[in-house]
Amino acid sequence: MQRYLFTRVIQSGLLMLGVLVITFFMVRLTGDPARTMVPRDASPERVEQMRVAMGFDDPLIIQFARYVGGAVRGDFGQSLHYRAPSMRLVLERVPATIQLTLAALGFALLFSVPLGIIGGSRPGTIWDTLARGFGLLGQTVPNFWLALMLIVVFSVELRWFPTFGRSGFASVVLPAVALGFFPLGQFTRLIRSAVLEVRSEDYIRTAYSKGIEEWQVLSRHIFRNVSITLVSILGVQFGYMLGGSIYIESIFAWPGIGRMINEAVQARDFPLVQAIAVFSAGFVVVLNLLTDIAYALIDPRIRYED
Amino acid sequence: MRIDALDQENVRSPFQRALRIVLRDKTGLIGVFLFGTVLFCAVFAAYIVPHSPIEQNLRISRQPPGWHEAGDWEYPLGTDNLGRDMLSRIIYGSRVSLTVGFFGVLIAMSIGMLLGLVAGYLGGTIDNVIMGVANLFLAIPYLLLVVVVAAVLGRSLINVILIFGFTNAPLFVRITRGEVLRIRKSGYVESAVSLGAKPGRIIFGHILPNLIGPLLTVATFEMSGMIFYEAGLGFLGLSVPPGIPSWGNMLAAGRQYIQFSPWIAAFPGLAIVFTSLGMNLLGDWLRDVLDPRMRRSAS
Amino acid sequence: MTGDTVLQVRNLAVEFDSIDGTVHAVNNVSFDLKRGQTLGVVGESGSGKSVSMMSLLRLIAEPPGKITSGSAVFLPRNGEPVDLLQLPKRWLARIRGDRIGFVFQDPMSSLNPLMTVGEQIAESVRKHTELQGSVCRDRAVELLEHVGIPGAAERYNNYPHQFSGGMRQRVMIAIAIACNPDIIIADEPTTALDVTVQAEIVDRMQKLTKELSISVIWISHDLGVVAGIADVLMVMYGGSVVERGEISRVYSHPRHPYTIGLLGALPKLGAAQKRLVNIGGSPPSLFSPPRQCAFAARCPWVFDRCKAERPPLFFATGSHSEDPSAHGHVTACFYDLEKDRRRDPDETGIDVTAFEVGQQG
Repeated sequence: MQRYLFTRVIQSGLLMLGVLVITFFMVRLTGDPARTMVPRDASPERVEQMRVAMGFDDPLIIQFARYVGGAVRGDFGQSLHYRAPSMRLVLERVPATIQLTLAALGFALLFSVPLGIIGGSRPGTIWDTLARGFGLLGQTVPNFWLALMLIVVFSVELRWFPTFGRSGFASVVLPAVALGFFPLGQFTRLIRSAVLEVRSEDYIRTAYSKGIEEWQVLSRHIFRNVSITLVSILGVQFGYMLGGSIYIESIFAWPGIGRMINEAVQARDFPLVQAIAVFSAGFVVVLNLLTDIAYALIDPRIRYED
Repeated sequence: MRIDALDQENVRSPFQRALRIVLRDKTGLIGVFLFGTVLFCAVFAAYIVPHSPIEQNLRISRQPPGWHEAGDWEYPLGTDNLGRDMLSRIIYGSRVSLTVGFFGVLIAMSIGMLLGLVAGYLGGTIDNVIMGVANLFLAIPYLLLVVVVAAVLGRSLINVILIFGFTNAPLFVRITRGEVLRIRKSGYVESAVSLGAKPGRIIFGHILPNLIGPLLTVATFEMSGMIFYEAGLGFLGLSVPPGIPSWGNMLAAGRQYIQFSPWIAAFPGLAIVFTSLGMNLLGDWLRDVLDPRMRRSAS
Repeated sequence: MTGDTVLQVRNLAVEFDSIDGTVHAVNNVSFDLKRGQTLGVVGESGSGKSVSMMSLLRLIAEPPGKITSGSAVFLPRNGEPVDLLQLPKRWLARIRGDRIGFVFQDPMSSLNPLMTVGEQIAESVRKHTELQGSVCRDRAVELLEHVGIPGAAERYNNYPHQFSGGMRQRVMIAIAIACNPDIIIADEPTTALDVTVQAEIVDRMQKLTKELSISVIWISHDLGVVAGIADVLMVMYGGSVVERGEISRVYSHPRHPYTIGLLGALPKLGAAQKRLVNIGGSPPSLFSPPRQCAFAARCPWVFDRCKAERPPLFFATGSHSEDPSAHGHVTACFYDLEKDRRRDPDETGIDVTAFEVGQQG
């Protein structure tokens, strides 16, 4: 168990180093980062000014050392647009995004868990069809389009929820549904197939042979085993939702990091973009580490490994 | 002594079996139909559109769909903010989507297969390095990566294809490598190796044929995903240039008029749902037919 | 040996719907089980031996499986006789694990990897008795001791992967005997174990079941194992019973070509680990409905009648009894091997339904 944790922590550290490399070169893809960071119609003098200000004339290795050195201290330089430390700006926006993401996750779990379990344990019934239908829809309905349609129906026509902003419970409903729809489909598919798979395991037959009734087999034997699969993909799903929040937060004017990415990209504010990218990747890496630990805690086969 | 023909009379032939899979999975047929429709639109766009997709006519801007009381069947799905026919633009939009999806997958699959074969076949340090980089790319929130790179590179069709081609390669690397490892362990490849078969012979004779099924299935899903993400980039104004009719660009424009002219955003979105539904059903079906290991139980 | 009947199965038939057509997995299986007796069921894989026994308690997947006909009257020690195949699922759950226990083939996959072994035993005790909480736990520990797990109290909290194969199978046995059942159905309980452990498990099963006078249905494809423990032998082929009788009688006077093939393929009676594979030809396809003898294609004595109709059970000449429920020696073959001639077309087979306890159902 300790050795397992140790390797996972080391892996995560290496992964973060890799993320720094990627984000460093990401803004240098065109070969001329100064040009990238000014408006398209900027004068050559303006470009030159940017080049000097950002130190793009220095050897690449110096630039990289400076970038990593700053990143370790949480310093990603000044935001070009806001004229404030990038990381501070990111951290200010984090609570809003976490709130939205958790709401979306809650929405997804609320519907996918019962749907997936009923669908998987009653293959071929109307419930199964429903579960498969939602699983499919989650993958085929783009969340940015769903968000717009939700606004048309529930804000413009029915006036149940506000169109944008972050003001109390009502304002989080539509963005959470739009953002949670993809995970809803993923979870439903995953839970359904996991239940289907676990259902045919020998030990489930053993449970039935002991006279355990179906709902108890479901709750005691099947769900415990399915929950492992669920936990294992929570980290990945969180990463997805961080990406999806770019659309959803922009559409609903939700003051989180998703909207900030869009704004920063449009304003060509790449120091800020780098800060967001490193922060998000770090968040996902840490979350994956935590889910792996949770995984190990639930599964005795890993827990007792040495 | 063999079992005589009497016993065989109720056994279905391979052809009957394939037919039965197709027919039982009516969803697969629906998938073929949906995808076929989109493909048809993309190929024959120039012959089937009722109007020009780019010609503007501000006098008839934001006209509702035909069935609406203020609508005109001349423009069945209405017109956009610049008075262009929605239907024609959607039909043309399929070209961008399918082009991005097809070439994106082609690039991703080529890179992924090559690196996956190398990693899985050679193993050791090379394997570790390739898989390390692949996992690294899978760790960064995908959309974030795509959005930033698209913003850095600027709007063009080629850029979008390259971005999807490269960022999706890691997935194909992973699948190819997994299959290679699995196939290498199987008895027949081990015996081929021990009989002195050359690596090229093993890769092309034994490994590649086994890879086709899983890769084709994943390719279908990935193509659907790319069509999805291309529209998303367009929605943020980061995909093909604004002049080109694409579903993402149309959505971006429609968003401005969502309150009073919701159809401008609704129809391109439906086109995406239509296409990706078709491809997903097709993918599920392909998996059932091509990959016996993944085949669903008879229930 | 001729005690009371505890289970009486008549004309059981099970089908499976598959993508390649309907599989007739079990056809017309009838047998009786006496109290305290061990019935050995042998046949190659696909002979329907497991499916027929599992379907008695509806432990097959339905769908694709389906029990199409038959009855299985169960006569518990204290209680009314019931037809298991007619019982609603809720009632069946009260019999499973309580009156009829199970031991499965692979003890690794048959135990839930995420539940302690103790809990998996206690679960059954809790379900079928009034015992609660720590008493239930004590009972589970007692059972673990009973099946010979050293340090049972500490082992209660272990997970299956911390046990060896033989110990896991002992846990399965503990679960099976937890409620002192009338019958244990053991589906190849030693097949997945090391040879050295096999003998230990066989001995333990025998000792425990004799002690508690539990009837056992021992399913196996290993004649060597069955020879040592069964009182009655039932040979299955292609989803049907082809021969049945007291084990010594069947061994000394096999009266079905398939059994003869089996015994011929067995170099020395009692020798362990002889798999039933050395018979010419391959097992029958079960897609066709049973219109002919399933063994016809592999049988050296085959003649036209074997391909035209399905042979019913006949009494073997020299059977000690003419009552199949008392385990008279029966064989499903149109060729009378004793007299070395074809049976008379008017010789009628046994009507199994004529031999029923209490004449109900």
